[in-house]
Amino acid sequence: MASGTDPHGSHGGEHHILPLGVYWAVFLALVVGTILTVWSATIDLGRLNVIVALLIASVKAALVILYFMHVKYSSRMVWIFAAAGFFWVAIMILFTMADFASRSW
Amino acid sequence: MSADHAHALPAGVRPPTYHHFEDLAQQEESEKLGMWAFLITEVMFFGALFTAYTVYRNLYPEAFMDASSKLNWKLGAVNTLVLIVSSLTMALAIRAAQTGKYSQVIWQTVATMIFGATFLVVKYFEYMHKYHDGLMPGPTLFFTDVFGEHTPQARIFFSIYFAMTGLHAFHMVVGLGILTWVLIKARKRYFTPDRYLALENVGLYWHFVDLVWIFLFPMLYLLGAHYGLGH
Amino acid sequence: MTGSTDMGSMATTTGHAAAEAPRETYLTNGYGWKSWFLTVDHKRIAILYLISVTFFFLIGGLFAVLMRLELATPRADVVDAETYNRLFTMHGVVMIFFFLVPSIPAVLGNFLVPIMIGARDLAFPKINLLSWYIYVVGGIFTLIVAVSGGVDTGWTFYTPYSSTYSNSQVALTAVGVFITGFSSILTGLNFIVTIHKMRAPGLTWFRLPLFIWAQYATALIMVLGTPVLATTIFLVALERIFRIGIFDPTIGGDPVLFQHLFWFYSHPAVYIMILPGMGVISEVISAFSKKRVFGYSFVAFSSLAIAILGFMVWGHHMFTTGQSVYASMVFSVLTMLVAVPSAVKVFNWAATLYKGSIELTTPMLYALAFMGLFTIGGLTGVFLGIMAVDRHLHDTYFVVAHFHYVMVGSMVMAFLCGVHFWWPKMFGRMYPEFLGRFAAIIVFVGFNLTFLPQFVVGFQGMPRRYHVYPEEFGVMNLLSSAGASILGAGYILPMFYLAWSLKWGKKVGPNPWEAKGLEWQIESPPITHNFHGPVRVTEEAYAYGEEPTHGHATNTHGQKEATSVR
Repeated sequence: MASGTDPHGSHGGEHHILPLGVYWAVFLALVVGTILTVWSATIDLGRLNVIVALLIASVKAALVILYFMHVKYSSRMVWIFAAAGFFWVAIMILFTMADFASRSW
Repeated sequence: MSADHAHALPAGVRPPTYHHFEDLAQQEESEKLGMWAFLITEVMFFGALFTAYTVYRNLYPEAFMDASSKLNWKLGAVNTLVLIVSSLTMALAIRAAQTGKYSQVIWQTVATMIFGATFLVVKYFEYMHKYHDGLMPGPTLFFTDVFGEHTPQARIFFSIYFAMTGLHAFHMVVGLGILTWVLIKARKRYFTPDRYLALENVGLYWHFVDLVWIFLFPMLYLLGAHYGLGH
Repeated sequence: MTGSTDMGSMATTTGHAAAEAPRETYLTNGYGWKSWFLTVDHKRIAILYLISVTFFFLIGGLFAVLMRLELATPRADVVDAETYNRLFTMHGVVMIFFFLVPSIPAVLGNFLVPIMIGARDLAFPKINLLSWYIYVVGGIFTLIVAVSGGVDTGWTFYTPYSSTYSNSQVALTAVGVFITGFSSILTGLNFIVTIHKMRAPGLTWFRLPLFIWAQYATALIMVLGTPVLATTIFLVALERIFRIGIFDPTIGGDPVLFQHLFWFYSHPAVYIMILPGMGVISEVISAFSKKRVFGYSFVAFSSLAIAILGFMVWGHHMFTTGQSVYASMVFSVLTMLVAVPSAVKVFNWAATLYKGSIELTTPMLYALAFMGLFTIGGLTGVFLGIMAVDRHLHDTYFVVAHFHYVMVGSMVMAFLCGVHFWWPKMFGRMYPEFLGRFAAIIVFVGFNLTFLPQFVVGFQGMPRRYHVYPEEFGVMNLLSSAGASILGAGYILPMFYLAWSLKWGKKVGPNPWEAKGLEWQIESPPITHNFHGPVRVTEEAYAYGEEPTHGHATNTHGQKEATSVR
């Protein structure tokens, strides 16, 4: 599909003026997430500390991406682009760690 | 724009700003996709540092905890909140442009810049503190050996800390520059309900910088929190 | 040559009276230096790139000449070890970052991507110009390095040598490479957005020329990989200047991490250096067999498969480092997998040739050479991807020969192929066909004479990156140096006759090769906005054979068009 001249294309944003409440709700969730992160770090969970911290950070990141960055209301192409970077960083980290983690085997 | 572009556009299709586009929709879609492609490159820039972090953190977990507890987690948390607020005001500035509230665009932008600058000021004091404590690696700088046997590996932690937060702070400084441009344009009522894409793209950049910090904060500041809290 | 004799008849079909009168083209649209150095026309920027990559090719070639001169005899009689280290490093840095990476994307891609998709320009013309300036600034840094003593780390900048021990211009080179990386990133970004958003109505993804698919895959790698190189090089510079210790083993840093980050970019970068060439070959093979490329969608998807799989094989450069043997096994298996899409392409080109009406023009000779040499280069790559074999062959001349078969035997061939094929389109004049074919044969012979012996000495165990070697390797190295001189002559020749043809070459019409594709339906050279009116595409790429039953129309200038005008 040549989207170039398609007036009904995926031009996001214009039809999606989010209600103010959404922004404030996301903001509050981010603040709560930050407090949770700090609080969870004060408890010794062993290896789980990392996982909890990254989990909270990922949720916060997802909120920012979906609502503040309007990805939730954008075209599929934007979804793919937004995901691509993280996917490739995951490749980089996974394969590099595959080396470091299995050196002592 | 150009004589070559004489063919009539269908009714209701607005002309683009640049002649090589067919219509404004194509131009705006291109600019938005271009911005996202740029953000991919940004993710990869930081990605390499995240990889280095992951490797060394797994190689030297104790040293990283020791070193991390020397960071001031309170200042880090404050900065996290400051950035979140600035992201909110940024998003609200875009919403103001979408709804044609011109004065709100201006003051939300100003608010974003103030919070951004606050972040950098806090960061500056943190850096100076680390410098005076001898925790900044460098050829002529003294690196403290308070970490005992972990000293070399702690040095790696601080190298990564300065590389990551330094690159992040650099992005903040660039962001403040772009926001200055936004402010100048906003005062001229440049951003309107049907022309706010540039502002939206600035917003994407700003949120991305916030996003990086959301990960940096727990990764760098909170590793040793459960036994080194409140140093 | 059929192609060139037929163009007369083609020109008459254009039939408009203005054919003789001076016509406004992108070349005549402005003459001053500003009209070139401040241009945002993708075609002019392509010409700027053509001139600058040719310049760097000559610089890189000069280093190669000095190396082969030294290696002609087993003794050190031209340069000493220190100088030799700098020669091969500068050769690698210049050829990879300043010639191979930008060669086809920034020259032919810049010129052809908008035309092939029916657009007036790339999506971001100013960014396109900016990327050329960034390239030039990076190039100037590298030239400063060259005249201020050079750098001796090898183009791979392996730590800790580069970060701690080398006393050559590492930091300055790092800055040059870092800057040039942004040029590549911006080109890739521009291509991705252009190909997504600027296609003419009717030009669906599966109607795109395979050149566009290849450029798209290349652009993906540029955008995803290059930033990692930039960060890595940046860390090396930090390590050198501030002793941050990330790659310093004395304080627990791991130099192998550098190799991971470096090859995360640099192995995919190998595909940056070959995919665009494959795109050119698809176009040329089809045009001179007068057949649709066999298995179009397989060839198209193989480009994407190479781009994606290419990011998961980098560890095969590190079998002999401290990399875990289990990780090596995974990388080895994936390396063999990535050979599959490459083979798909070669088989499909061969199938395209089958029963085609083949014309052995200059571009076709280069394309056939590409197929043969790429097969050798690719297959020896599979040898090297096998862990046990790599133990023996790592850092020998076998590796040198292998990647030169891919980089030079394939990519430089493809570049020359594409430049010849689209030369009449770029400048409206034909190069001398006889000289073209002569040069193509010289290049082919010279290339094989240079690099085939290196497989042999490499297999016998001659290590790379030494300026002296045992007497027993003397004959092969002499052959190699002799071949290099032939190869050099083969490269110089086109520069002269192509320059000559700019003024005295035979004028050509829109479609001297009677090829399909939007670029052959507009004038040679094209006007600044490429097309006189809106373009609508109604047929597949490479619709050779029977006359299409639909979609023929006449545009405002009376050209026969396979596309119709809205």
